[in-house]
Amino acid sequence: MAIWLDENSRIVVQGITGSEGTKHTKRMLAAGTNVVAGVNPRKVGQQVEGVPVFGSVADAIEQAGANVSVIFVPPKFTKDAAIEAIDAAIPLAVVITEGVPVHDTTEFWAYGQSKGTTRIIGPNCPGIASPGLSNAGIIPADITPGGRIGLVSKSGTLTYQMMYELREFGFSTCVGIGGDPVIGTTHIDALDAFQADPNTDAIVMIGEIGGDAEERAAAHIEAHVTKPVVGYVAGFTAPEGKTMGHAGAIVSGSSGTAQAKKEALEKAGVRVGKTPSETARLMADIMRSL
Amino acid sequence: MDLFEYQAKKLFAEHGVPVPTGKTATTPEEARAIATELGGKVVVKAQVKAGGRGKAGGVKVADGPDDAFAKATAILGMDIKGHTVHSVLVEEASNIAEEYYASFLLDRANRTFLAMASREGGMEIEEVAATNPDALARIAIDPLTGVDAAKAREIAVAAKLPEAALDGAAELLAKLWTVFVESDATLVEVNPLILTADGRVVALDGKVSLDENADFRHPENAAFVDVSAVDPLEQKAKEKGLNYVKLEGEVGIIGNGAGLVMSTLDVVTYAGEEFGGKRPANFLDIGGGASAEVMANGLSIILGDPSVKSVFVNIFGGITSCDAVANGIVQALKIVGDVTTPLVVRLDGNNAEEGRRILAEANLPVVKPVDTMDGAAKLAAELAAAAA
Repeated sequence: MAIWLDENSRIVVQGITGSEGTKHTKRMLAAGTNVVAGVNPRKVGQQVEGVPVFGSVADAIEQAGANVSVIFVPPKFTKDAAIEAIDAAIPLAVVITEGVPVHDTTEFWAYGQSKGTTRIIGPNCPGIASPGLSNAGIIPADITPGGRIGLVSKSGTLTYQMMYELREFGFSTCVGIGGDPVIGTTHIDALDAFQADPNTDAIVMIGEIGGDAEERAAAHIEAHVTKPVVGYVAGFTAPEGKTMGHAGAIVSGSSGTAQAKKEALEKAGVRVGKTPSETARLMADIMRSL
Repeated sequence: MDLFEYQAKKLFAEHGVPVPTGKTATTPEEARAIATELGGKVVVKAQVKAGGRGKAGGVKVADGPDDAFAKATAILGMDIKGHTVHSVLVEEASNIAEEYYASFLLDRANRTFLAMASREGGMEIEEVAATNPDALARIAIDPLTGVDAAKAREIAVAAKLPEAALDGAAELLAKLWTVFVESDATLVEVNPLILTADGRVVALDGKVSLDENADFRHPENAAFVDVSAVDPLEQKAKEKGLNYVKLEGEVGIIGNGAGLVMSTLDVVTYAGEEFGGKRPANFLDIGGGASAEVMANGLSIILGDPSVKSVFVNIFGGITSCDAVANGIVQALKIVGDVTTPLVVRLDGNNAEEGRRILAEANLPVVKPVDTMDGAAKLAAELAAAAA
């Protein structure tokens, strides 16, 4: 078992005919993922990598039994694509696209909340992978086998790094929640799901500067998470007022600093590594002691 | 992107938000000419993207054209919190009866928009929030319904604005909301929002932050970019589509993925403490691809920075395999040519062994392969210290 994505996941790719959509459809299929449909209203009836293209997410659900959407459409069209997925009441929509205006994300997130039927992951995220079961997005499938660590991260490459360093233990599910100021699924959502998942023993949480999501996650861990959690925060040395690659990664005044996040996590009993490698070692120690 | 006050006010005016009449000047002569045109008393305001301009002496009232010339002479060229004043806004002076505060902003934590308004304006709003939190109204705005006339009035009432200002403030707030939405802003702030002696509500100051992700639907925003403040290397990187931020240190950094590069800056800073405080010279995320061309572009920008004494290339092969990255580095060094700065390279992840073999075989004296991120950071800092 895993969280949100498993062997029963049937994936529809919105934007399957674009270069990124096609490339990653191929990769998801190679990883054994059940990609059952693509969407492009102008290319209905065609096939991409043997996957049939439908005119809408609703058609993909009805005719191919899709239950997870992965969105690769350009930023300009992402809001409409997400709203289409929400209107079709797909249970999970994973928005990979980087560079989505924050007004658009805020709007489709609010719309999703008003409907209450679709979990959104992202935008600007690498997706979600349950190694050995299914892979929705761009996380490389061959870094690690399945296992009993859960991982939630704002950063893509740091996710891969952590998966690689802990590959001898393996992961139940790795969730890349994305580095934008507004995201659909938060650290807290993933922590709750891992806490409830009988096949996850311990959790790695990777954060970065900007906002106060890590601080709120820390408070949540203190109150609700009993499984061991190890944390890492990137951006201790980032200067104030400079956006560090991710739209959400910015220190403004005293808010959003890595130090404040680390302190909050440690106060909640989370062991925080100084570097990614040290963080992996802390988790390895926990896994060996279980 | 943060706007200057005069740019913010231009956006306000375009959306019908009342602002004082004024123009910008870059010389005292221009300031005098604008004051002559406006007639009467004027205010000369330093245009810098920093708070506390008034306290720093960057905002002065002038009696007339000659005084405007004198005040502009004093303000132009001033340094306010590290920002040099290159222009001033010369505006008609307002007859202020009361000062309030109003803003719309993105509320990250609650994933919605927020209106903040207060009867206490003109001072730093953080101070009001800390000392008199009841005086600051915070009203969540539903992104799906926005701010209509009724909502705008609700905000003005919640801010406890006096009866005399309610109609004008509500009207202004509704228009300010259109600025927020139509400009794709993450912040529009008016402090102070004033009630004039003759009963009008006017935005006396303006602060706007725009979402650069929305630039594709705002080609007009290109005119807002402050060319004088853009670092030439950052400008060059932007033209090449690279995500580069200039920093103050000596160790050039190239990595793939924003989080990994941020992490690299930290690890280099820690390692540098042992070598006299060597620090990262930049942030540079070359993204998932890391082709030879992207690598060459990245390297040439970093090596174009004279303060760089060593370079740390930190790659985790995920989608792109490390052998492709290694080939990219070898070719990039040929493209850039004559590289003498040492390049510490750490390749990990997908096909790392093959990548390391390619680098070893290329036998490039400037390339120093190291297996771990921590070890590579240490060597990069050490080499930077040795070169200094």
